[in-house]
Amino acid sequence: MTSGLLLQAAVSGILLGGVYGLVASGLTLIFGVLRIINFAHGAVMMLEMYASYWLFVLYGVDPYASVLITAPLFFAIGAGIEKALIEPNRAAAEHNQLLLTLGLALFIENLALVLWQGDFRTLRVPYANASFVIGEALVELPRLIAAAGAVLMAVALFAFLRLTDLGKAIRALAEEPEGAMLVGIDVARIRATAFGIGAACAAVAGALITPFFYVAPDVGESFNIMAFVVVVLGGMGNFVGALLGGLIVGLAESLGAALLPGSLKQLVVFVIFVLVLLFRPQGLFGGSRGR
Amino acid sequence: MAADASGGRRRFLAALLVLGLGVLIAAPPLLPKYFLDVLISVLFTAYLGASWNILGGYAGQFSFGHAAFFGIGAYTSTLLLLQLGLTPWLGMLAGGGLAAVFGLLAGYLSFRYGLKGPYFSLVTLAFAEMLRVVAVNTKAVGSSLGLVVPSAQSAPGMFIFAGKLPYYYVILAMALAAMALTLAIQRARLGYALAAVRENEDAAEAAGVDALGTKLRAMAISSFLTALGGTFYAQYFAYIDPAITFGPGVSIQGLLPAIVGGAGTVLGPFLGAFVLTPVSELTRAALRGRAGADVMLYGLVLMLVISFLPNGLMGLIGAKRAGRGRASS
Repeated sequence: MTSGLLLQAAVSGILLGGVYGLVASGLTLIFGVLRIINFAHGAVMMLEMYASYWLFVLYGVDPYASVLITAPLFFAIGAGIEKALIEPNRAAAEHNQLLLTLGLALFIENLALVLWQGDFRTLRVPYANASFVIGEALVELPRLIAAAGAVLMAVALFAFLRLTDLGKAIRALAEEPEGAMLVGIDVARIRATAFGIGAACAAVAGALITPFFYVAPDVGESFNIMAFVVVVLGGMGNFVGALLGGLIVGLAESLGAALLPGSLKQLVVFVIFVLVLLFRPQGLFGGSRGR
Repeated sequence: MAADASGGRRRFLAALLVLGLGVLIAAPPLLPKYFLDVLISVLFTAYLGASWNILGGYAGQFSFGHAAFFGIGAYTSTLLLLQLGLTPWLGMLAGGGLAAVFGLLAGYLSFRYGLKGPYFSLVTLAFAEMLRVVAVNTKAVGSSLGLVVPSAQSAPGMFIFAGKLPYYYVILAMALAAMALTLAIQRARLGYALAAVRENEDAAEAAGVDALGTKLRAMAISSFLTALGGTFYAQYFAYIDPAITFGPGVSIQGLLPAIVGGAGTVLGPFLGAFVLTPVSELTRAALRGRAGADVMLYGLVLMLVISFLPNGLMGLIGAKRAGRGRASS
């Protein structure tokens, strides 16, 4: 194993890790506000990837430009899902809400399978193979754009939550649901908004990776599980943790791929996951907001 | 255990069950092959549901990773058969034992560190996925190509039959045994301990129930039974691979009939399987060639049941879940 290969692995790991961070930010926002682990998060991301795919194939819309259409669309879809499915079942037991999102994931994923079959599709964008070299590492342009876009989106989300009234209301609800209700925040509306923003995060991540990733009905599954790992690693409901966790998981995965044979790289990620769940369920980065 | 059904209604239900059982035993030799296929699928699903139900329904620990036990069962008995020529009738017990040990280990770690609710679901999912990745990357167990179980020559002593009918009676016996075991657990001290732990663990502990031990017992029984289902699958389909046996699909096939029928009830998983499987078969037939339509329907049914029948179909016919009112969140 040469240092060049390791450096290469570290670069691709960090770049994909940025995308994991964005997917996980959406998941962690939904968890923070609704206390729900959304199993359908990856399925939403997958749907967006098909949207970007078809917009490109049918209308020639560039995947990066398609974000302008799909991000608001998936915000609305997310908010609609929350209103129609989650909100009426808020009084149900915790595990029932988990099953609700599991049912939704099964539904969306297999709807895609019914509509578009299981074949892997790839977009042939003109810049798919654009790349440049830094030191010994090859950096593919689409991956760099995806990572940069993901971090930008996450920072924008962070600023939104810190600086705007709506963002403050979302944070208030996550911190102190009853207090938020008492000061007159429309909590039902905030919950739908938070779910919508979470779905939009998954959608943006989907659009950012379509130029270099395959599109298939089960493509969201692996991102979903990665996002679970990242969210647990960073601490449920912790944004900065989600971004850092994304980088850690991305690095662990690609270094595992470089050092281990076959698909054992996934084992590295799961081992980290189980260890964190067992020994630091509140996440790596301090705070007691875990449970 | 609410005895709110009147005596007459109970007798009627009992008569209905006996009649149903008679049909299940006597009718299959007369059925066309397709219906026998569907019926085997129904009972297999019911069996997995009943196995999951002991941990998920009675102990209230929602495992999303029962595929781990299923796969351990399927691989253990198949490898013992292929490598040592051991009959799967014994191999399935070895697989069950191994799965129970794995379940106890995973359960001890999870419960010891206080994982509850969604965290427990996630950790069980992770355990199953880890085993899948290991199986995919291990040449000795056939990696992702899987293993073919010899099935050309009928050999009842080796759990290999000609025709489907014997497999039908095997899975019928397994399903009925799981049902009887569930009933026995529900009526035994363990059943009350399980209900107490499920409803309020702290209160159960205060009342002297050993919560950890109770949950571990449910884990061991549930994982043992699920592993036997894995061996049945291997023998019946004569082929296993990591994606089928350790994949999330099997875990869902276990929890779905229990949830839809009524978690924490004896008959729930059976009711769920008898509704879900035929409906999915019909969908598959109606949308010929459209892969995914049946699972899509499962997702829809799951959402509808949680929204409108949070206690499952059993809640619809008025049977209360053992020792429980409605769960408060």
